Amino acid sequence: MSQSFEEISAQLKKRHRRSARMKWMTMGALILSAAFLVVFISDMVVRGWPAFQQAQIQVEVSYDEQSQKLPLAAVDEDVRPLISRGFFRPLPRKMESNPALMGTTQTQWVIADSRVDQYLKGNEDRLRPADKETLQALVEEGRAELKFNTTFFTTGDSKMPELAGIASAAIGTVMTMLVTMAVCFPIGVMTAVYLEEFAPDNKLTQIIEININNLAAVPSILFGLLGLAIYISFFGVPRSSPLVGGLTLALMTLPVIIISTRAALRSVPDSIRHAAFGVGCSRWQVVRDHVLPVSLPGILTGSIIGLAQAMGETAPLIIVGMVAFIPDASISITNASTVMPAQIFTWASEPNSAFAEKTAGGILVLLAVLIFLNALAVWLRNKFERRW
Amino acid sequence: MNDTTLQNFQTQQDSSTASEGAVRGPYSEAPTPDKGQPVTRNESVEENLSVRVRDLSLWYGEHQALDDISIDIFANTVTALIGPSGCGKSTFLRCLNRMNDLISSVSIKGLVEMDGRDVNARGMDEVALRRRVGMVFQKPNPFPKSIYENVAYAPRMHDMVSRKADQDELVERALRDAGLWNEVKDKLYEPGTSLSGGQQQRLCIARAIAVRPDVILMDEPTSALDPISTATIEDLMDKLKQDFTIVTVTHNMQQAARVADYTAFFHLGEMIEYNATKQMFANPHTKKAEDYITGRYG
Repeated sequence: MSQSFEEISAQLKKRHRRSARMKWMTMGALILSAAFLVVFISDMVVRGWPAFQQAQIQVEVSYDEQSQKLPLAAVDEDVRPLISRGFFRPLPRKMESNPALMGTTQTQWVIADSRVDQYLKGNEDRLRPADKETLQALVEEGRAELKFNTTFFTTGDSKMPELAGIASAAIGTVMTMLVTMAVCFPIGVMTAVYLEEFAPDNKLTQIIEININNLAAVPSILFGLLGLAIYISFFGVPRSSPLVGGLTLALMTLPVIIISTRAALRSVPDSIRHAAFGVGCSRWQVVRDHVLPVSLPGILTGSIIGLAQAMGETAPLIIVGMVAFIPDASISITNASTVMPAQIFTWASEPNSAFAEKTAGGILVLLAVLIFLNALAVWLRNKFERRW
Repeated sequence: MNDTTLQNFQTQQDSSTASEGAVRGPYSEAPTPDKGQPVTRNESVEENLSVRVRDLSLWYGEHQALDDISIDIFANTVTALIGPSGCGKSTFLRCLNRMNDLISSVSIKGLVEMDGRDVNARGMDEVALRRRVGMVFQKPNPFPKSIYENVAYAPRMHDMVSRKADQDELVERALRDAGLWNEVKDKLYEPGTSLSGGQQQRLCIARAIAVRPDVILMDEPTSALDPISTATIEDLMDKLKQDFTIVTVTHNMQQAARVADYTAFFHLGEMIEYNATKQMFANPHTKKAEDYITGRYG
């Protein structure tokens, strides 16, 4: 005797309720993680945005004999404490290299001291009452305001927050990533091609495969120790250089690239290989002309994601000495250098609020670069994706 | 085949042993009447030996997939390999261009001879062999490239053409021979995968014949196609045999009867019977072949 609709419906009610509950729980998990992301990013933007602005003051700078000897004398006494020491220091050299300036007086916007900057942004009030009055007057005249902070993008680190910038760290990151890519892209892709297309399937290759998968899960700081032991102690590669940093990160990125390349190669249907063998291709021709072009988007995506991961890595670089005070950018791969996450780390350990702002600003720049790289990976995948 | 050749079959059926003496090549031992050399030869047509197989056995690891196969395949004919699933006909086909090399657990014993050379010999390069023995697969598998590039790729790789004009000509000829030219001449640079299934399979045939091989192996070339595309490909096989030797695997006995000059019946790794198609279907010599052909199993 079969059940009637009423009997079946009675059972079903409970099952439907359960699936509705599951649906809400899974959706809740998604909403929670989305909320975390929104809170995190908006907090970063709110904290980091002021780093892209910098207080500047319009003053009359007199270039004369006296200010060559004593740079502080170049501006009026009452505005002197409001202006960054970083402006005064290079003045004598500036006059030396440009004699036409001598004896003239020029009205120009100069970088304000970080206390002025923080005061105008409403963060900290460390100005003396007299200076505050002068500043108030200047603001009312429109001669002191927050302007877009180009210094942040053009200079290296500095002990004066108003002069500290991300540029030397960014250049260090670029140099380090170039070394990483130059080392691990060809080696990683070739290893994967050998393992997928040429190697016999035996115990040895299986052991190698398992170990490559394990390497991807090794804590990154261990790669730093390995880099220290091998590159610096054994091969004598200069410490703190993009060369040693890049080689260390290459160790870390290699398994990621090998695994993603293998996955991309494996997703190429065997029918394409058979077709190529069938017309008389050698193994290398099959790989070069048929398998690699089809798997290229996957390989590029995996490599870019591996690169992005390496770009955000700090721990192994601390070990090889890339957390350094680097005021000047250098495009040599053997000079001491730092990278963006290490620069953020350095700023984060400074007590003063001006550097806290730089920290958040640096994070925003790093995030923007990472989002750009990931977007590039998606774009490449869509552009080169073929159907068969 | 016309009526005269049909009469030839009738007469030869009575004196089938006479053809035994016709074995050519350096190997003198005559195959058993039912194996190797077919019982009934079509003597009215000048037929040359293309591929000679003697005592070929093949193992996938421990499992024996082919057992002592001996067969003569004649030039400019269509030879069909039929038999139930898993009988080894596709495995046998892949022995002819050494596609089984791609499977690491395979071991092969016996002789596959082409042009007086053992294709499994140490000195034989499988790339050279595949240049002379082309292949069309069960599922159409054009390269994920343009139609033009699908055809031009292999000749260029084998240094058959140097100038662009020669290449264009060769592509046109191969596509014409495959009966595809009129359908694709206006879209040569579109992807090969944009064509219909039947067109893709003809593109694969064009790709195979572009390097002018001696033998074309077809592994169930129509099993993924609709009846109309199947008929087109069968007509094509009939035309192509003027220039090429065709060995085809088919599940479809009517197809074997329609297109093949010779038919070999495989069963559980053994070749049970090899004969002229008309003879095989009209009067099979073995009980197994008769049962299969009459549909008692399959």
